[in-house]
Amino acid sequence: MTDVSAPATAFTLAQLRGDPRRTRKEAIVRAVLTAAAAASILISAGIIYSLAKETFTFVTEVEWDTVLFSDGWFPRQGVYDIRTLIVGSLIVTVIAMLVAVPIGLGAAIYLSEYARPGVRKVLKPTLEVLAGIPSVVLGFFAVSVISPSLVRPLFADANLFNLAAAGIAVGILSIPLIASVSEDALRSVPNALREASYGMGARRVTTVTKVVVPAAVSGLVAAGILAVSRAIGETMVVFIAGGAAGNQSFSTDALSPGLTMTAAMATQAQGTDQVVGEGLTFQSLYFVGAVLFVVTLALNIVAGRFVRRVRQSY
Amino acid sequence: MSFTSTIGVGGEAAARSIEAQLKRGGGDTTGRIFKLLLQLSLVVSVGVLVVLFVDVFATGTSVFTTRAESFLSSGIRTSADAAGVFQAIRGTLWIGVFTVVLAFPIGIAAAVYLEEYATKGRLTNFIDLNIRNLAGVPSIVYGILGLTLFVQRFEGFTGGRTLMAAGITLAILVLPIVIITSAEAVRAVPNSLREAGYGVGATRWEVTRTQVLPYALPGIITGTVLALARSIGEAAPLLLCGAVTGLLPGRQGLIDPSQLTERFTALPIVIADWARTPREGFDEIAAAAIIVTLAIVLAMNTLAIALRNRFEKKRN
Repeated sequence: MTDVSAPATAFTLAQLRGDPRRTRKEAIVRAVLTAAAAASILISAGIIYSLAKETFTFVTEVEWDTVLFSDGWFPRQGVYDIRTLIVGSLIVTVIAMLVAVPIGLGAAIYLSEYARPGVRKVLKPTLEVLAGIPSVVLGFFAVSVISPSLVRPLFADANLFNLAAAGIAVGILSIPLIASVSEDALRSVPNALREASYGMGARRVTTVTKVVVPAAVSGLVAAGILAVSRAIGETMVVFIAGGAAGNQSFSTDALSPGLTMTAAMATQAQGTDQVVGEGLTFQSLYFVGAVLFVVTLALNIVAGRFVRRVRQSY
Repeated sequence: MSFTSTIGVGGEAAARSIEAQLKRGGGDTTGRIFKLLLQLSLVVSVGVLVVLFVDVFATGTSVFTTRAESFLSSGIRTSADAAGVFQAIRGTLWIGVFTVVLAFPIGIAAAVYLEEYATKGRLTNFIDLNIRNLAGVPSIVYGILGLTLFVQRFEGFTGGRTLMAAGITLAILVLPIVIITSAEAVRAVPNSLREAGYGVGATRWEVTRTQVLPYALPGIITGTVLALARSIGEAAPLLLCGAVTGLLPGRQGLIDPSQLTERFTALPIVIADWARTPREGFDEIAAAAIIVTLAIVLAMNTLAIALRNRFEKKRN
């Protein structure tokens, strides 16, 4: 028999405050964890600091005629035509999106609207394997399969190293990203919408194309923007399969070697023992990096807005 | 009587005409074509993966059948017959160590802070947004960070274009991934566990250490291994941190720590360099180096799955 009528013990203030050692430990742990989270801000600051100084030197000291109106990227000779690099990046990105958007979106629609759970269970991990393949491996794939067995049979005058093959490989790399973000968006469309559509007598294809896809459109747009950002920032595939040396005259030909912003940075760092050169060569590396950083950051922020819009509406 | 029969006759005709209109004089052709196209896109994605693996193995296996030992024990050379991946494996392993030692603890701590400690507010939102944006920064921009800070500014500490500078840079590159995946795992811990802990008077850290982290561990392990695989496969930042492609002198052992302040190379770097070289024989060794890389990544994934299963069993 327990004594239920025992008088309640009175707590002292010191007891309620708890063991001072525990309180102190709690404070220390909190400080350590806060510092870890703050480290992420430090990294952003570090990136901006790294880019800012030399970019500022470049922007203030370069002759802008050579940045905007010359006809190629010859950093070691003081010719820094940024258009050459931007056009190269655009060619690769457009080709990559022509590959990745239809395939990634198709895969997402199938997985979200058609696939039975068993099929989904097999296909999802397969796409994740594709997502985990290092980009150097796809660079190798572009040179050893895509270019000789796909691009060159179609276009006889294509070089073994060309931007088209690089673009296709970057597209393959972007498929899993588009598929997973799009699938999330499609699956977050409430079932009530689908049921209402079926209730009206609509077929599945009508339901998908006229109801589900329009309802998920902001998420799909976000997927596309993220993929564009990923494609612009991809370095190694273009570095390997684009075949460019450190120099590149202005060209819009996807079938010959070319340079993107990222590949230009990589080639500039590779080959020489030190990333230095005449005049502003070293600074031009930072300038291209800063342009790349700003472009991808803007794209990511816009994509984030679209993703949040999906979360708000459902 | 006649009234109902009229409806019957008219209804039947109407039903037939509606059905005809719906089917437009045939089956659901559009629907079938649409589904076929969707299936095709999945077939292409999986097919590319299959072709890729077949190509890599078909090209690279000959290196292992003819000179497996010399390929695994030699350093980088300018001739394809003599080149090997020993130095590259060493660099890649050390980079993995940096990721485990730096990115894992800091990343998990930051995730715990964001999920368990931080109060919802402007600062937390800012940190959250900041981490998401960091995850989207192109890897070569992290190379700029490494070049400026760890190769140049802190040269006295890292020794310049060394393995240490590269390791720290890649640890920073994967930190946002570690934070995001760990935070997701911590968020998935049921609140009842926390409330039970607080109910018996535990402090926040005690609840986190004894309840939240053990429960979230399987998820955290999965995320961190993904991050590790990413840091092993990444090459662009290493180029800017001064990875060597031509010739790398020195033949210390695999885990000699004096490596840290010396020049280095890594598996993705030699793959990229050999894949870019259009001379006879380099195709094969590039593919062989890819096989080695995939084997390391696969071994890590297997280890992660084993660990996850063990901790999941413990949890239940």
